Order: sequence, then C-alpha cells, then structure tokens
Amino acid sequence: MIPDELAGRHIAVTGATGFLGTALIERLLRSVPECEVVVVVRPGQNQGPAERTRREILRNDCFDRLRRELGDRFDDVIARRLTTIAGDVGKDGLALDEAGRALLGACDIVIHAAASVTFDAPLDGAVEVNLLGPSRVAEILIELSEERTSNGGGASTRPHLISVSTAYVNSGHKGDAAEELITASKFVSKIDWRAEVRAARRARADEDATSRSSERLAGFHRAARAELGAAGTALLAHKTEQLRIDWVRDRMVALGRGRSRALGWPDAYAFTKSLGENALLDIRGDLPVTIVRPSIVESALSQPRPGWIRGFRMAEPVIISYAKGLLKQFPGVPEGIVDVIPVDLVVAAIIAVAAKGPDPSGPTVYQVASGARNPLHYGQLVDLVESWFTQRPLYDHRGQPIVVPKWSFPGRGRVQGQLRRATQVLGAAEHLVNSLPLRGERAEGAARIEERRAEAERALGYVELYGAYSETEARFRMDRTVQLFESLEPADQAEFCFDPAVIDWPRYIEDVHLPSVVEHARVRTTPAGKRVMASLEERSLKAVLSDQPRCAAFDLENTLIASNVVESYAWLATRHLERVERARLVAGLLAEGPRLLRLDRRDRSDFLRAFYRRYEDAPVDQLRTDSYELFSDLLGQRAFPDAIARVRRHRALGHRTLLITGALDFVVEPLRPLFDEIVCATMGERDGKFTGELTQAPPTGEARAMLLDEFARAQGLSLADTVAYADSTSDLPMLEAAGFPVVINPEAKLAAIARRRGWFIEHWARAAGGPRRTLAIATRRPGLQTRPASWVTNSPAGEPR
Amino acid sequence: MSPRPGFVLEVDRSTPATLIWHGEGFRLERLPVGSRIIYGPEPLPPLADPDQAIRDALDNPLGDSQPLRTLLFPGMRLTIAFDDISLPLPPMRAPDVRQRVIEAVLDLAADAGVDDVVLIAALALHRRMTDPELRHALGDRVFEAFAPHGLLMQHDAEDPSNLVDLGVTDHGEDVEINRRAAESDLLIYVNINLSAMDGGHKSVATGLASYKSIKHHHNVRTMLNSRSFMDRHHSELHSSNWRMGRFIAESGVKLFQIETTLNTDTFPKELAFLQKREWEWSLKDRASFLATSTVLGRTPGGLSRKIFHSVYAPHDLTSVQAGAVEPVHEATLVNLYRQQLVEVSGQTDVLTMGLPYIGPYNVNSTMNPILVACLGLGYFFNLYKGKPLVREGGVVIISHPTPWEFNPVHHPSYIDFFEQVLAETRDMFEIEAKFEESFATDPWYVHLYRTSYAYHGVHPMYMWYWCSHALAHLGRVIIVGGDRAAVRRLGFSPASTFEDALELAEDVVGRDPTITHLRVPPLLMAEVT
Repeated sequence: MIPDELAGRHIAVTGATGFLGTALIERLLRSVPECEVVVVVRPGQNQGPAERTRREILRNDCFDRLRRELGDRFDDVIARRLTTIAGDVGKDGLALDEAGRALLGACDIVIHAAASVTFDAPLDGAVEVNLLGPSRVAEILIELSEERTSNGGGASTRPHLISVSTAYVNSGHKGDAAEELITASKFVSKIDWRAEVRAARRARADEDATSRSSERLAGFHRAARAELGAAGTALLAHKTEQLRIDWVRDRMVALGRGRSRALGWPDAYAFTKSLGENALLDIRGDLPVTIVRPSIVESALSQPRPGWIRGFRMAEPVIISYAKGLLKQFPGVPEGIVDVIPVDLVVAAIIAVAAKGPDPSGPTVYQVASGARNPLHYGQLVDLVESWFTQRPLYDHRGQPIVVPKWSFPGRGRVQGQLRRATQVLGAAEHLVNSLPLRGERAEGAARIEERRAEAERALGYVELYGAYSETEARFRMDRTVQLFESLEPADQAEFCFDPAVIDWPRYIEDVHLPSVVEHARVRTTPAGKRVMASLEERSLKAVLSDQPRCAAFDLENTLIASNVVESYAWLATRHLERVERARLVAGLLAEGPRLLRLDRRDRSDFLRAFYRRYEDAPVDQLRTDSYELFSDLLGQRAFPDAIARVRRHRALGHRTLLITGALDFVVEPLRPLFDEIVCATMGERDGKFTGELTQAPPTGEARAMLLDEFARAQGLSLADTVAYADSTSDLPMLEAAGFPVVINPEAKLAAIARRRGWFIEHWARAAGGPRRTLAIATRRPGLQTRPASWVTNSPAGEPR
Repeated sequence: MSPRPGFVLEVDRSTPATLIWHGEGFRLERLPVGSRIIYGPEPLPPLADPDQAIRDALDNPLGDSQPLRTLLFPGMRLTIAFDDISLPLPPMRAPDVRQRVIEAVLDLAADAGVDDVVLIAALALHRRMTDPELRHALGDRVFEAFAPHGLLMQHDAEDPSNLVDLGVTDHGEDVEINRRAAESDLLIYVNINLSAMDGGHKSVATGLASYKSIKHHHNVRTMLNSRSFMDRHHSELHSSNWRMGRFIAESGVKLFQIETTLNTDTFPKELAFLQKREWEWSLKDRASFLATSTVLGRTPGGLSRKIFHSVYAPHDLTSVQAGAVEPVHEATLVNLYRQQLVEVSGQTDVLTMGLPYIGPYNVNSTMNPILVACLGLGYFFNLYKGKPLVREGGVVIISHPTPWEFNPVHHPSYIDFFEQVLAETRDMFEIEAKFEESFATDPWYVHLYRTSYAYHGVHPMYMWYWCSHALAHLGRVIIVGGDRAAVRRLGFSPASTFEDALELAEDVVGRDPTITHLRVPPLLMAEVT
C-alpha cells in the first residue's frame, strides 16, 4: 500500500507554490497520512517563505477539501506535518541556510517540481530555473548526504530525487516517443548544456549593453514621449527605462524561441527542460534519480475536486480568446492528438513513483500522458469546445451573446499571416487615430482600437507559442507508467489513479474543464452586461464623492472649461479695438496658431512665459474689470456644467477644492468662489501696467503633483485622500500622485493610459444651449475706448520660434 | 379702416391649416372640424405723435399727482427706474418706449436744473442687462450720458449696502427695496405694460425688491390663489404687491408712475404672415411662409436662434399714462384690454398652444425646459379673465421642441434645478420647503447673479411655481415634438404628432373632446364667459 510505503518518510518538494506543487502537497497531506512534508519556498519580496506557504499554498481552494475533512484539527496537522524552508532553485546550493540544509538533508525523497513554465520566458531565466534547477538540487543532495556520511551517518542514505520534466523534451519527431533517457533518444540533438548556459548569460549581458547605446535610448525616449506626451521629466525617464527593460526582455524571449526552434524544440520551455535532464544525468553521480514527464497538465479530473486548477495556464487563454470570438482560427490538424493530462493523475503517478522507490538499474523515465493510451483528437476537442460555448455563450460589453468562430484547421503559416496583417492594420489605425486631435468619447474609441490591437497581438502570440503543441505528432508512450499502475493493489489504484484510460474526454471537457476555465477567467456569462459597467462607474463616483475628507484638484483648460489662454488673450485684446484692428489681431493669432500649439506641446511653461509677454504694458485695472466680462461672454459659456456641478458637489461634501492652472490670476478670478485655493500664474505690475513677466514659474507638470501633496498635507490629509481632475498627459504626474485620478474628455493617448490603469474617465460637455462661436472676440464696449491700446498692437518680442 | 376685434373661429372643412408655433420654427396643422381658434384683435393704430403724448401725460398726471415738472427742483435726488430686458417681447425696434419716456423725463429734469439723476434697471431677480441691451433700451444719448459715469445702475438684490428694509405690511410681508430708489426725493418708474400682469404696484414692490421681500408673493400658495395672475383683481400676487406698494408709499417713498401700452404689431413686414389670419394670407404671405420655414428647416439650431433673436417688433405706442400708481394702472388696463381682450364663450376640454422661441426670461438666450413649462402653463394658460380657457381636469397640448438645453451663463441654477431637484421631486410644496432656501442663498449663484449675467439662484423655482395653478387645474399636459427625456422630467407626456397628442388627451377627457387653440403670439387675453 502506498500510504504504508511512505509512512514516516520525509518528502521534500520544490515548486510547491505552483500548480502541480500545490496539488502534490495537498495530496500527500490528505492521502498519505503518515508522511512528513518539507516545502522549499523562495522568499518573496515582502514575505518570508513560511508566510508564502500560508498564503499561496494553504489558502488555495485546493485545500478546501482537506480543511473540511480535518475540521478543527487542520492547523495542528499542518503545523506537525508541513515544514517550510527557504530555498531558491535559481541559485547554486539553493541558497539554503543551516536549518534548511539540515531539514533537506534529512529527507528521504525529494520531488523537484519547480519550473519556469511560461512558454515565452526569457532565455536566461528559463536556463537558470529549468536547465540548472534539477542539477542544482542533485548537487546539494549529494553534498548533504556526503556531509552526513562523513559525520558517520552511514552510506546508504542517499535520497531519491524525482525530477518533474515534460514529455515535450522529446517531441520533435513523428511517431512514438519512448520513456527513455534523453541521452538515449536518437531524435534529440546532443548539445553541450554548459555552453548553452554560458551563451544565455552572455546574451543577457550583450543585449543589456546594446539597450544602453545612445541611439537605442533615444528611441526609447521617443517612444515614451509618443505614449505619454509632455508628462514631465520624471515620468518620461521612468517610462523610458521601463521600455528599455522590456526591450531586453523581448530580445531574450526571441533569442530563446529562436535557439529552441533551431534545435528542434517547440519553445524555450521544452528546450531548457530537455537540457535540464541532460545536466541532471551528468551531475547525479550515484544519486538515485527518477524523471517524471507529464504532457500538458490541465484541471483536475476528480481530486481534490473535479475542475480544480491553479492559475491561467496554456490552454485556458486560448479557449477564452476563442470564446470571446477573438481567435478566428487556430492551426492544427483535426486528427492530431492534443496530449492533455489532468493534474491529479500526474500527482498520483509521482506519489506512486515515490512509493516504489528508485530503480536499482539507474535513472528511469515515467511519462504521464494520454495520447498513446486514450487519445484526445484535436478535431474532437474543437467540436466539444464549440458546442459547449454555443450552448453557453459569453457575452460582450453590450450584453449580447458572442458567436464562436468556426475553425477550419488551416496551416499555422496562414493563421499567422492573417493575424499579423490584422495586427499591422490595427496598429496603423491606432497610429493614425493617435495623431488626430480627438477628445472625449471619440478618443475612447481610439483607445478601443488599441485594445483590439493588443488582443490581436495576443492571439498572434498564442498561435506562435502554442501552435507547435497542437501540431505535435509525437506519441508519448507510457508503458512503464501503466506497468507501475497495474502493479498497484486495487485500493491504491482507486486512491492513486493515474491511468489515463479512465478519462471520459467529452465528460472531462464539458463538465469539468470548461466550467472551471470560464469561472477562472471571470468573463461575462450572463447578458446583464450593462449593469456591471454602470456599477463600475457608480463605484468610482462613490469613492470620489465619499463623505470622507478629501482634497479635489482641478485643472482648468478642457477640464472645467473648453477654452485656453490664447482665447482669453484674444478676447481681452479685442475688447477695446475698432473693427479693422480686431480683424487684424484675430487673423494674426489664427496664423500663429500652429506655431503656438507646437510650442505649447513642447513645454507648457516656456509657452506660457513667452505668450504672456504680449500683456506687457496692459492696464491692470482695466483687465481686472474686463475679466468678469470675459468670464460671462466666453469662459462661462464654454464651461462644462458637469464640471462646475462637481466642484460644488465636493464643497457640499466638505471637501477642499483646489484649482491648478497656468492661466493668469485675473482670468480665473471670477471662479474664485468655487475654490478654497487657486494656484495660477501671476504677472508683475509696474505703474498700473503689467510687465508681461511672470512673478514665478507657472504650475505645470511635476509641480502640480507637489502642489497637490502640499495642499493635502495642509488640510491634514495625505495624497491617498486626493482627487485629481485633468484632461491631458501633461497632467500625468498629478494624476499619478492622486488617490483618485479622474480623467476628463481625454485625448486618445491619455484615454489609452487611463483605460490601462483603470482610471475613472468622464465625459463632460459644454452646455447644449450656450451660443456657439468659433472666434474668441469680445463684444466691444461701445463709447468708452476705441483707440487700440499700445499693448495690443505692439508685436510680441522674445517669443521663441 | 379700424382694426377688427378678436375673433373665435370654428374650424370647418374649408378652414385652411393653422399656423402653430414650435420654438424656433412653426408649421401648419389642420385642427379637427369643430375646433375653435382664438385670434386676438388686430393691432390698434399707433398714437400719431408718441413723444407729444408722453409729454402730455407727464404734464397731466392721473390721480392726486402733480405734473412732473412741478415735482422737480434743483439739488434733488432723482431716480428713474425702468423695466428690464424681459419687456417687451420680442424686443421692440428703436426707439424703444423706455428711451422716448426717459428722454422726455430727462428734458424736464434738465429744465428744472436737476443734476443728481440715476437710472436703475429694475431687475428684481432677473439677470443683469448687457451693455448692448441697455443701449438699445435707452438709446445712445442716454446710455452715453450715464453709463460711463456709473450713473446707469442695475438693481442688485444681493447688495446689502444698497437695500433698505422699510418694515413689514399688516400681512407680515417684509418690504425691502433698493436704497437709492427709496431714499430719492422722487422715484420715477417707467413701465412697458405688455401684458395685464405688468405694472401697478408690482413695478417697484417686485422690480426693485430683494429675495426677502419677493418671496412673500412669489410662492406656491400665492400662485394657487391667483386666478389668473393676469387679472389683477383676482390675483393674490397682485394683492400682495398692492399691500407692499401702499406700504412703500406710506413709508415716504415718493413715486411717479409712468405706464405705456403697445399694440400687437409683433413682427416686422417680412414675417407679417405670423400675425395674420391664415385664410387671409396673400400670395406674398404664403411665399414668405414657405421661404421662412424652408430656410429654418435647413439651418442649424444655433443659427435659427440667432436669426429669431435678432427680430425686433414694430410695437407702436397706443397709450401712455402717468401719475399716481393706482389710477394710472386702471387706465392702462383699459387700454391694454382694448388691444388684447377676446370674448370666448365656454371652456374647452383640450387647449392647444404653440410656444414661440421667446419668453420673458430667454431674450437673447435659450428657452430651456423649465422656461417652456413656464411659458405654456404659467403665461399662456393664465391669459384669461373669468374662467380658465380649459375646464378643470382638462388637457393642455403644447407644441415646442423642448430641448434639454440651457444657457450656462444666464441660467446656471436652472441646470441644477432641472437635473437634480426635478429628478427627485416635482411637488411644489416639497420643493419650496426643501430646496428653495438653499438655491436662494447659494453663494455661487449669488456670485453669478451679481457679477455675471445669471438669473438669481431661486429663479427656476419661481418659474416652476408659476405653473402651479395650471398643474392643479389640469388633468394632463402633453408636449408635441419635444425631447422625450426633458418632457418626462417635467412630468408631462411626450407625443410625436398632434394627432397622437389628441389621442392621449382623449384618455383623460373622453371621446370627441372640444378643442380650442390659443393663437398666440400676437398676445391676447381671453375673457371666458
């Protein structure tokens, strides 16, 4: 009996926080009551290993069944039987401490289940974990047992290392893939794994160096600017560095994929796993080693419960993309075999191998797959999935059911071609739309194009990554595994079933796997779609307008009012002009428009400083009086009533309100009753006239974030209690800093950023009933002053071109 | 040929389609056979020499008042208050009556050596007038003589330093009015009495008062007891103003009232068809109807608004009377009724009306949904003496596009009232009790009323109260061709066509109802017997 064989044994497990590892721990604790389990867990960034065990393993719903069965005893049993040691298979010696070494050294069986399972991992990362992981574990076990031997512990105490690999290490050919050592396979290229390790590490250094070249950095900076606009130095720098790191990563991913394909593996995962087996066999010495190779591990058939799965794995994103109608085609041959194996079968096989002990004849391989014994054909799988989603469709954001596409099993090249073209077209559309001056809901439409492009790219990624798996024509033999199963006593066969013949594929797909996938994907499965969207907005609004103390900061231009400093100037300047002069001034400003806009986009502060020179010698008193008319005639008409109502709502709730703007103080004076504080530009005065020079730097970019912080602290609040309303990427620093960023009528760029970050977007419109006019010209105040003032007619000096 | 009196037409098979106003547009509609259409009297002939008539009135005051020239003396403080932009409708072409009257008054003042003269626009809680509007009402000469020196003022009901509390009437009504007006040696009020509601003691007691004072008669109870508020002798609104007016006089404020009436020559020659009876339309009228409606149908909303708001009415002076308030006002009413009164026998089940682009509170502005309700159910519904035109439990059908649109500068508190208050309740008393105070005292609204061109925060409530008599009286209100959401927000029923509206009305008043169409403008007043 397996439980008896393993009674009193100490079993160490790596990769315990993973999908397979979690299931393995749970099964050992539940079905092998007398064993003790040691988990090797990498310390997290903020959590110690014991904390990770508690949070990431024991809190998983995998343990619900055991918790139910043990009731109050659960904590006691866990505390007695489960020990956590800190260790990292990515580091030599696993970075164990003394206690960890002692505990690991006392283990009889070590199951190495840690792996980097992402198929598109960077090459060097996969090499460290998948290639070097198994041999590192072997090395430390040899070292520990030699230590013990030299301390007089006897020679026969070498632990049994069971290393979990993948069936795809040996899949690059048609026909049978036997349960033979990788070194014995005639289909696998013989490669010097040490050279691969060196090459991968060097490649990382090389790519990193390339990424730091000044041309590359300039490119990243351009891209950051294109994405964020004039968001300020700090944010741009951060984004630039992010883009550089991503670039290096992408290069390493591409290198991994290229190297793997060149040598006959579907991807870097299988490639590094394969070399990992090589390395392990090289290093192992006389350490007893068994290799278990599962195929594609999917949700549980029955243990701990049907459908249990952890994380979003390989098939799931493909299935969900298909159900969302995004994946119009997927390569594969209908009669090809999709080799899927439920996780509980893999776990049972590993435990049976552990109970049986190492083969005295040397390292052996067990393959846990389904293809050779109970094949699931690709065509059958597609039919099952299609009929399932036809009966239970997902719903789109309008609450309409999504019709799943019909796959016609084209070749991979064709699918990739289609998707690549779609991606390119959408990319071009996105670029075009981003260069248009769109705002508000149209800009959000542009952001949706970006989402669709991202979806198409993802679909392309799936096809490129997983296409190989649906096209694999290797049949994984599992004679040794079946033999092991048949040798078990009936009771063990019942409790530790790993014979894939028991799988009823239609039942497994329809009743077990798909419901679990849909549940995990958190997709919309009911038509009540609109409600969900509305409540999201309602929740954002509720958080913003809470009765907790808050500070609300507002930008002015295009957030409160659809106007700008140039229009204000045009209005004030034309107010006292005769018709001809008015026309001349307005025509001049219109002609200058593009240049002013360019200047503004380059640097807001410079633009303001330069533009305000035009006010030199303007009479202070007159402008202060005129500004009220400016408000009534222009700014008030162009104000967003929703914006004014929002400011008033904040005040009614007792929140403190702040206006941050580059506009001049007298221009915003009529808005003063709405705000507790106004931070704006102020101009110097001399003999009752403006100097045209600002008395201090206008509040732009990062300064706004700092002003918000200061304002909040002056009220005894923190940034977490602040709400920031803004419309442009130049306000990103303030939006980033605020606890509740609210984006108003965003341009496409900001709309995309806001959607990605889940920021609250609102669309505020001008009052429908206000007068419409294209030019900001004042109604001349008749009879009072008609001669053009010198400050208006003098051409501006000192403005950069 | 003397103008023909008002006329009630009974629609038969040969009756041509009737012109029905629809905001910034109009259309022809065939009313069911047997319906009645009320046409006002034709415009009365103008006074031959209006300026002389004005001088005569100032020299021959009514009641116990002395001729104006004898009331003027050097060193005195003289204040001339005048009606604001809400009168007349549409604004009249230059010279405005106010200009004629004020110029005549100023001539006398100059003759008498008066040099402390201030002009005050009697805004009450209305928006301030813009410079061009003031210039149009007063003429270049007056405007340029006063405005640059700060002597042309607009009444500020929220400026405590410029208000004086005169006390409380025997009905407990606070009387608080403009300080300059109250403390002058003589206050002259220049009225344009477009409708029977205007003038009398209401001029000073409302036009120059503050919220504290106005709220005593601008409230739901008063409006429910004013049947109609166009009929001063059956109007609680006027009774309250009369008490206040007399109290103001007793407090020592010396008032010289000038009232004027205009004829109903409402539209310029090109649009003359708008005030003619349809079966009398000439070929030219038909052509201009076609041309106008085609052009309007193809112009964007903002432009047709601009076109209409640049229409100035010919509006000629038909009478002017001056002196003591009460006899002056009685004389005014006689002259006014001479122009506007139409005898109508019997009430109707369904009253239909087409609302034009303009009402008292959207001159050079937007007719928002609240103003639509107020113009239809406040003003038009109340254009009666005796009994309401429509029977109790009857239906009013209004034709107006009723867009969900507001002028943000003129009507900021309307937006909040419509979008926040009416979304919660339409109950007059609840609104009065729960919301009025906060709207009236809101510092932002006060700021906009004083420094910008906004109606007072409380004003949308008054417009809503204005409908209370009609809403209490009627079984249903239907708006044809209106924005459905806006119409429903008002609590009315939307209908897409006139036929549909009549069908809806039959649910309330039964099959084959009597239908009466109120053909306004031009303005009329129905004496229902």
